[in-house]
Amino acid sequence: MNYIIGAFKPACNISVTFSDGKSRKQVALKKENGQTVMVPLFQSQETISGKISVEPVSGKKVEHNGIKVELLGQIEMYFDRGNFYDFTSLVRELDVPGEIYERKTFPFEFSTVEMPYETYNGVNVRLRYVLKVTISRGYAGSIVQYQDFVVRNYSPPPSINNSIKMEVGIEDCLHIEFEYNKSKYHLKDVIIGKIYFLLVRIKIKNMDLEIRRRESTGSGSNTHVETETLAKFELMDGAPVRGESIPIRLFLSPYELTPTYRNINNKFSVKYYLNLVLVDEEDRRYFKQQEITMYRLGETPEATL
Amino acid sequence: MMISNGIEDEEKWLAEGIAGIQHNAFYLHRALDANNLREALKYSAQLLSELRTSKLSPHKYYELYMRAFDELRRLEMFFKDEDRHGCSIIDLYELVQHAGNVLPRLYLLCTVGSVYIKSKEAPAKDVLKDLVEMCRAVQHPIRGLFLRSYLAQVSRDKLPDIGSEYEGEGDTVMDAVEFVLQNFTEMNKLWVRMQQQGPLREKEKLEKERNELRDLVGKNLHVLSQIEGVDLEIYRDTVLPRVLEQIVNCKDELAQYYLMDCIIQVFPDEYHLQTLETLLGACPQLQPTVDLKTVLSRLMERLSNYAASSPELLPEFLQVEAFSKLSNAIGKVIEAQVDMPIVGAITLYVSLLSFTLRVHPDRLDYVDQVLGACVKILSGKAKLEDSKATKQVVALLSAPLDKYDDIVTALTLSNYPRVMDHLDAGTNKVMAMVIIRSIMKNKTFVSTSDKVEVLFELIKGLIKDLEGISTDDLDEEDFNEEQNSVACLMHILYNDDPEEMLKIICTVWKHIMTGGPKRLSFTVPPLVFSALKLVRRLQGQDGDVAGEEVPATPRKIFQLLNQIIESLSVVPSPELALRLYLQCAEAANDCDLEPVAYDFFTQAFVLYEEEIADSKAQVTAIHLIIGTLQRMNVFGVENRDTLTHKATGYSAKLLKKPDQCRAVYACSHLFWVDDQDGIKDGERVLLCLKRSLRIANAAQQMANVTRGSSGPVTLFVEILNKYLYYFEKGNPQITASVIQGLVDLIKNEMQSESATGGPASDPFFTSTLRYIQFQKQKGGAMGEKYEPIKL
Repeated sequence: MNYIIGAFKPACNISVTFSDGKSRKQVALKKENGQTVMVPLFQSQETISGKISVEPVSGKKVEHNGIKVELLGQIEMYFDRGNFYDFTSLVRELDVPGEIYERKTFPFEFSTVEMPYETYNGVNVRLRYVLKVTISRGYAGSIVQYQDFVVRNYSPPPSINNSIKMEVGIEDCLHIEFEYNKSKYHLKDVIIGKIYFLLVRIKIKNMDLEIRRRESTGSGSNTHVETETLAKFELMDGAPVRGESIPIRLFLSPYELTPTYRNINNKFSVKYYLNLVLVDEEDRRYFKQQEITMYRLGETPEATL
Repeated sequence: MMISNGIEDEEKWLAEGIAGIQHNAFYLHRALDANNLREALKYSAQLLSELRTSKLSPHKYYELYMRAFDELRRLEMFFKDEDRHGCSIIDLYELVQHAGNVLPRLYLLCTVGSVYIKSKEAPAKDVLKDLVEMCRAVQHPIRGLFLRSYLAQVSRDKLPDIGSEYEGEGDTVMDAVEFVLQNFTEMNKLWVRMQQQGPLREKEKLEKERNELRDLVGKNLHVLSQIEGVDLEIYRDTVLPRVLEQIVNCKDELAQYYLMDCIIQVFPDEYHLQTLETLLGACPQLQPTVDLKTVLSRLMERLSNYAASSPELLPEFLQVEAFSKLSNAIGKVIEAQVDMPIVGAITLYVSLLSFTLRVHPDRLDYVDQVLGACVKILSGKAKLEDSKATKQVVALLSAPLDKYDDIVTALTLSNYPRVMDHLDAGTNKVMAMVIIRSIMKNKTFVSTSDKVEVLFELIKGLIKDLEGISTDDLDEEDFNEEQNSVACLMHILYNDDPEEMLKIICTVWKHIMTGGPKRLSFTVPPLVFSALKLVRRLQGQDGDVAGEEVPATPRKIFQLLNQIIESLSVVPSPELALRLYLQCAEAANDCDLEPVAYDFFTQAFVLYEEEIADSKAQVTAIHLIIGTLQRMNVFGVENRDTLTHKATGYSAKLLKKPDQCRAVYACSHLFWVDDQDGIKDGERVLLCLKRSLRIANAAQQMANVTRGSSGPVTLFVEILNKYLYYFEKGNPQITASVIQGLVDLIKNEMQSESATGGPASDPFFTSTLRYIQFQKQKGGAMGEKYEPIKL
């Protein structure tokens, strides 16, 4: 038994540690197998450095043709499984070909790495950042170890942030005017607004505000669009009459939102919409969808000001 | 079946709702015990979701609400204790807003909000404003009403009122007022909408259900009235206008009626008085079907009570011109509510009248104004048919009578009779009776002819036949009672000044003349006696004062009396007229007016001869005539002879012998007046007595022939007594022997009678004999006189 296990066991253990691993913020990342692991969080232009240690298993020696570490930014389309598009690829050679008999540690550093896109786990697409350590061997196949990390990029508050105000309706049936206080919201923001009923001739049962995420992948005829409803928030109960104005106050923090991504590396986009839905007594739905831009506000004190 | 199923279903739904609440309450309590905020919020939201049902009637929904309410109290305790959940109140305020369903979210928000205010980490006004604003999200009438009722409940003791621990910087009372007003407005809108959005066919059911909810809305007004800082100024400038605006704009009958009444009941009277114009100004703007008469009546009642509470308040009423404002408002309301039945309008005026009488008892002009307004309403309409309206008019007319002691003063109101004119004949009479009764009760004399004129104009329903009403179908008993009342009334018309008194009599006469035969027999006698009373008063100071035109002389009055009595000829009622003539004759006698007295006797005799045919009536009449004539002393020999001759003549011509006999012996008195200088003609007395004896004899014989028995000797005994009378009075023609003869005669008669088996003795005769015996034994002059008579 031991022999057999030994045969499938990697010949050595590879571990990656980040130089500020103790102090750096860790965030949850959902792996392919569904498990959630805690991984370090970076943003663009940061220097990613640390140590990689290689330790042969119990006295065996590892013969290799060289050791390298790569920093990869990859986009994976689920309908095109197995194909990774690397939009970022940096390599550091760690060791020249030789043999390793005992635990050996290699420092590495990728300084001020350009990581323009955020880590993203969507329905049809995944964008991930990973450190890939490769021990090249001739006949026995290379030994590869991956270390994921997460990238989030922060934006300052937009200089122009108009409210969304619109009058919509169905002739002689329903006319409303709605207003959301902004068109751009950060992830912990609050949507404030109101709906003003100008004409009501249908028997409304209730009114909800939905937050919808629209993820589109591919391009041209290969475009896939996937829409998810992330929040369904009841705004109103019962039938209003003409002249009523219903307040909106929706806290975004409870929902798992990301910033809006537009045309990431020509591969995919993620957009957010507010969908105002009125339901009448016969369960007919009347709705109006409106795009909002999500952004990630820096968590520094300056940014929250 | 359908209905019972509906009720059963509702019970089932309620049971399910309660079970849902209990189920979640169990987990909620566990979470609270474990100080687990997340779980507590989760289960409380689920618990509150049971209140999202649309299947329950307000009544059942209330039951469900109360259960949820109890759980929310526990939750509130938990929220208050930051140590238990470790979350700052500000964060908690945000956290509960994450709930996806709006109704649970808002219940939780209100609950946290109340804790938030208590913590004083934010100004009360800001939190309240946010809560009342956010509650707009519930537009379902029942759910919204209960939610806002919950808000009102939890915020009640946390308003930033003056003196409250939540009072903030600046004018925060206004914030408190603003908050309650807004909640009130929204609740009222929801309440009204319940009706509009409900199915039409269930209108009544909806109204009933809404009625059950009305206190939820009204409570806000109550809260407003409890706010310490709401002084007159704030009430006048903010609270009242805003509340009225909502009431007017909601255009809902039920709400308008209830809320107007609410305002009147919950706010102090002092405020009402100072804001009358505003309050009343809203009334004509309400829906035309709103029962404003009740609303306004209550207002006026409150104000009158308020005025009555302290005399110092009166100037305030005058200053704000309460009366004219109320009066105007009522006019406008009646104008606005075109479909208001006449009874409604009259009821309003009745209320206004009682207000006036209580607050301004001295202002007769106000009373007249009210009556005038009623006349305006009634004019152009036919006589009132509606019995309720009639009742109100009677109430209207009775009110001043109850109030004023001097009724006639009240009756001088120019519009009073004009209102009465609009009553149907029956009610008119009832009203007239009311007037008479109150006059009688107060015992105030009606002392001028002008007042009498007015009074009789008022009670003309009793005095004469009114148009269109036939007297045939009248109940006789009622009629008699009415006429007796009128008769009584006449005695209360009195003035010490004879001249005015005569005028009064003339006025009355003028009126009762119109009454027709049926009434005259009731009304003439009291008038005659009233006039005679005046005559008696004048009697002493009689004598035509030379050169002066004295209007009230007995002579003149007698002339009038003549006319009055003459009027009875149309009835006809000769017996009554005869009696009255005799009364007048006697009065004329006392006034020493021979020709007048003679004339009255003539009238009486004429009546006797021409009108009185009934023998019984004749007997009565002849005795009256004899009695009166006997007392006359004004006549000269000639006149007296003529009259006595006539009287004896009539007596002898009566139909029945016994009647003849009795009348004739009565006539004997005409020749013997037991006065100082009365006539004493013994011979003619004897003649009369003898004549009556002859008649008695004839009667006896006639009885013998027709019945085989002569019958009792009563007539003889009666004549014997006359003999004894004159004997004692000293008539020289009546001697002891004459009496002896008569006694013997009677004894003989009795013996022959007893032989044929008639009664052996006559008690009258026996006691007469006993009297003679007694006189004999008494001795003295009289005893001597009787001595010769042997029994």
